[in-house]
Amino acid sequence: MANVQAGVPPTDKALDVERKGALARSDLSRQRLRSAWLFLTPMLLVLALVAGWPLLKTIWFSLTNASLADLEGAEFVGLRNYWEYVDYGDGEGEYFGLLFDPQWWNAVYNTVYYSVISVAIETVLGLVFALVLNAEFKGRGFVRAAVLIPWAIPTIVSAKMWAWMMNDQFGILNDMLMTVGILSAPIAWTANPDTAMWAVIIVDVWKTTPFMALLILAGLQMVPGDVYEAAKIDGIHPVKVFWKVTLPLIRPAILVAVIFRALDALRVFDLIYVLTPNNTQTKSMSVFAQENLFQFDKFAYGSAASTLLFLVIAFITLFYIKVARLDLGGRGK
Amino acid sequence: MTLRKMTVALAAGVLLCAGGARAEELALVAGSIGKDISELRMQLDAFEKESGHTVKIVEMPASTTDQFGQYRLWLSAGNEDVDVYRTDVIWAPQLAASFVDLSEAMKDEIPKHNPSVIQSQTVDGKLVAFPMYTDAPALYYRSDLLEKYGKEPPKTWAELTETAKEIQDKEREAGNTQMNGFVFQGAPYEGLTCDALEWVASNGGGQIVSPDGEITINNEKAAAAIEMAKGWVGTIAPQGVLSYKEEEARGVWQTGNAVFMRNWPYAYALSAGEDSAVKGKFDVVPLPAGESGKSAACLGGWNLAVSKYSQHQDAAIALVKFLGSEAAQKERAMNTARLPTVPSLYDDPEIAKAQPIVAEWGEVVENAVPRPSAPTKRQYNEVSKEFWTAVNETLSGRGTAADNLDQLEKRLRRLKRSGWE
Repeated sequence: MANVQAGVPPTDKALDVERKGALARSDLSRQRLRSAWLFLTPMLLVLALVAGWPLLKTIWFSLTNASLADLEGAEFVGLRNYWEYVDYGDGEGEYFGLLFDPQWWNAVYNTVYYSVISVAIETVLGLVFALVLNAEFKGRGFVRAAVLIPWAIPTIVSAKMWAWMMNDQFGILNDMLMTVGILSAPIAWTANPDTAMWAVIIVDVWKTTPFMALLILAGLQMVPGDVYEAAKIDGIHPVKVFWKVTLPLIRPAILVAVIFRALDALRVFDLIYVLTPNNTQTKSMSVFAQENLFQFDKFAYGSAASTLLFLVIAFITLFYIKVARLDLGGRGK
Repeated sequence: MTLRKMTVALAAGVLLCAGGARAEELALVAGSIGKDISELRMQLDAFEKESGHTVKIVEMPASTTDQFGQYRLWLSAGNEDVDVYRTDVIWAPQLAASFVDLSEAMKDEIPKHNPSVIQSQTVDGKLVAFPMYTDAPALYYRSDLLEKYGKEPPKTWAELTETAKEIQDKEREAGNTQMNGFVFQGAPYEGLTCDALEWVASNGGGQIVSPDGEITINNEKAAAAIEMAKGWVGTIAPQGVLSYKEEEARGVWQTGNAVFMRNWPYAYALSAGEDSAVKGKFDVVPLPAGESGKSAACLGGWNLAVSKYSQHQDAAIALVKFLGSEAAQKERAMNTARLPTVPSLYDDPEIAKAQPIVAEWGEVVENAVPRPSAPTKRQYNEVSKEFWTAVNETLSGRGTAADNLDQLEKRLRRLKRSGWE
């Protein structure tokens, strides 16, 4: 027997060990996988309950003729809320539905316009703020806290506050600009179709720049100090250091901050609803959906708008992640 | 104090009818404009004292458009926390399904009230809400300024435009740079539908949608009326008027910075108040006439409805009866110049003394023009939104009135399809 055993080629033994090892590893990984699922299940359940279920319900309502007065009586009507051709019987017809609704596309345009401009300004300003706050100076802690105040104020309150500041008759903004001599006559900021969207953007920038600054500051603080020291010793110009060292190192932080903000901006509701209610120039997708859901007797149509809003945001986010090559898997490069 | 006694007596009567003295906690939701809430609180205190119930006011923003969204949400969720809703005159067809039928409970009260108001709150034979007060706007003018420049209160919109321009310019030359000729409600919301309906109807341009459901808004007279209003913005009216609701317009007027204002009678009581800059310097006339030669006032007004989800319906009905009663309406008219729906009160000498506008307004109310909420049924809000959007776009210089009305007609046709529902 011993001979036989000795006769077994050593490679076989090695293979055996390897196979056993693989078995043990897969056992271990299976076990880890199991516990991972165990720990994740409560969160997934909660997510399914608070996010998945309402989403599915909304999508379902968008395929029905639901009215808010009678949600149980909703009947399936297919894609009629999105796309419908009504034949008038005399060779003429007309397309109906969300996809053919110029007001919906106007809302999409407004939302995207608002998001791109406001997030762009907030990112640049936030970066500047973060760089300033990252520097060592006396009272830095206080300034860091103070900068956060606009972010801490509820949007409704800040929107109302700004509405008064932008008031054409009593507003402090016109008063200040006229005293300085920039304006000769007061501007009706929120009513004038040329300035309404900018009024919204100004308030949003005021409110959200601190948030961007904070996220970017967190990124800045991860940059090791010796990189700067090395650059200094090599005598590199600070501007070059910023472009070649700082910016590449905080790029991931900025990209994540931008996606947070962009998701928020695309869903904008409260600011616009309070500052410029019912204004065609500023109506966002969410306001459009709310209007149809609750103001008009078109719950199904509003649900369709909500569904499309979800799809538009999902599409833009995926596109952004792809273009920015954002690493959300945590594998590193 | 006789009034107070009347209220007390009435409340006692109501209590007997309700047949129980079980104390209940009620909640009433109402929008806040002018002195409405403090006046309401006073009357609720009287009700509480008599009935033993307690009533909480849930305060809402002034914009009727904002209120509606919230109410619809609550009602469709079967909210039990609110028992009584103060509802706009245009809401009855849209919210009828969520409210209790009051026709049986108010049997004895109904004949005392203006039949057209009762009619506006009746949907398929069901009395959806009981009238609290009615509303018909007025043209407020600065009697001191008109006298100073030797002008008469305008009878037509053309006269108003001319007078407003002249006084505004002369006042500004004299150093009063904040002076405006005319302020009204130009923000895109339900209020603009009222204002614009008045311009259009007084010009012979119809009522947007005729009582039998025909879309009539796309006509030359309507376009001319809206073009005329467009001419005001930036000349006699500040550009900010495009974001003014009732209270913003009153803010400009009551600080003494407008020659004319279009507003509801509630502003009369406030303009005559102690802290008003125009106290004793103003008066009211019915709105000017357009080409039709007739003035048109938009019919407004607020009513009280009992939620069918309320757990205290009997007490809630008693409260509605109390607040809509002749005595309560009289008190309200005297304190806040809210117009009663009981015709006999227009001849009441006490009211005439306290708020002269009420006594003069009986005829205006009688001839007020309703918004097309009845023919367009549950789609009224959307019709109204399309209308105010078209008007607001025109006023802010985006397209001509004719083009925008043409587009409006197409949109309304799309909405209506084979018929209003």
